[in-house]
Amino acid sequence: MSSRTVLSASDIDRAVTRIAHEILESNHGVANLVILGIPTRGTFLAKRIVDVIARTEDIDPAEVLGQLDITMYRDDLSNNPTRAVGQTNIPSGGLDSKVVVLVDDVLFSGRTIRAALDALNDYGRPSAVRLAVLIDRGHRELPIRADFVGKNLPTSSVERIRVHLAESDEQNQVVIEG
Amino acid sequence: MKNLLSASELSRDDIVRILDTANEMSGVNDREIKKLPTLRGKTVVNLFFEDSTRTRISFEVAAKRLSADVINFAAKGSSVSKGESLKDTAQTLEAMGADAVVIRHYASGAAHTLAHSGWINGAIVNAGDGTHEHPTQALLDAYTLRESVHGHAALGKGLDGLRVAIVGDIAHSRVARSNLTMLQALGAEVHLIAPATLLPGALASRASSFSYSLDESIACHHFDAIMMLRVQSERMSASFFPSEREYSKIWGLNAERLSRLGENTRVMHPGPMNRGLEIDATSADSKNSLVLRQVANGVSVRMAVLYELMAGGAQ
Repeated sequence: MSSRTVLSASDIDRAVTRIAHEILESNHGVANLVILGIPTRGTFLAKRIVDVIARTEDIDPAEVLGQLDITMYRDDLSNNPTRAVGQTNIPSGGLDSKVVVLVDDVLFSGRTIRAALDALNDYGRPSAVRLAVLIDRGHRELPIRADFVGKNLPTSSVERIRVHLAESDEQNQVVIEG
Repeated sequence: MKNLLSASELSRDDIVRILDTANEMSGVNDREIKKLPTLRGKTVVNLFFEDSTRTRISFEVAAKRLSADVINFAAKGSSVSKGESLKDTAQTLEAMGADAVVIRHYASGAAHTLAHSGWINGAIVNAGDGTHEHPTQALLDAYTLRESVHGHAALGKGLDGLRVAIVGDIAHSRVARSNLTMLQALGAEVHLIAPATLLPGALASRASSFSYSLDESIACHHFDAIMMLRVQSERMSASFFPSEREYSKIWGLNAERLSRLGENTRVMHPGPMNRGLEIDATSADSKNSLVLRQVANGVSVRMAVLYELMAGGAQ
């Protein structure tokens, strides 16, 4: 099995920084902004995005950053052994009338995001929901697209994308295998 | 995990995982929309051969919060009164497509029989069988204790180093049996205190200590929690103690004993309480009492159990 690195640590940093700035630009600042990471690696990326935003904007990260576990909204629960449930933290201001940016590492079939949209529905009514992903690898099974993309990576469906982030995997890189 | 029949079949990791899931489930109760789609299209049957308020309602709410359909079956008013056997009842439920059966039965081992008989394919949850086991009660007690001790930092933790006293009618208590096993699996010390007639040797030998005197135990140990058991008169066919007055005087929790226990000793009771017998009103309603937290946490814990048993597919 061959494997090659498609994003290095500094590539990931630049992509995260650019996404953070694009979010600010499209939102015209930080007003009403809530950034929710989807566990596991989406959470780390969301934290990094908020860190970049905090460099230039006056924000309290606790009011902007949250995480949304989608395990109990998945459509494939009964096809797999029971999955461990992750944590959900919604900022204290809630989601009503906020601009929510969902953050995930890889956008593939779109089913995770569909589950996340269902979950959001139960927490409140955001004025808009956006999607930021580090990698968009195509092969969508649902009419879902990302608003902010780190890198578009055309792949074949048998290839595997591995996102390694220092928070969980000791190093920062994106590898394609297969 | 396919069934939940007894506390002893859960490892420490299993218990911690269920308690952590319960913690997430408790978040649902604070939301505007108190429902998850997780068990949509699945059916849970509450099969209750014995009276129950808390357990049945809490399983019903738990299943509904997870979007499962719930059928409540009480033996009273059903064909069981006409003499239908557990087997026939079970096969009827199987024919109706029950994905899980929550069973409460007056016979010890009823849940085990149902799970291993081949009468039913769904998951079996033991909601109390005779004087044997009541694992979801032990889970919610462990959850309540963990929440009270560790607060927001409870995730992933056990009950290591805690000293818990279980006091009262241990002989007839499935709650005591399940709690002894589960609290010990989570690293807590368990001390049993009861009249000699109500303390079986097989359980006493598994505890860190046992005693026939509540006052002596309070003097010797500092307890982090004291769990009072209900005196189960309905299961008593002989006289185990001379009179209720004497029981309450020697083994009951009252304001005076509560003050000797220490400020941080948590008071627990699985309910329903016989106020004035094993626990007096001052103790039951004191700030140390976790009784209402136990009831509230029952729903979250049972959601976690139903999730664990029903959400996944083939292993």
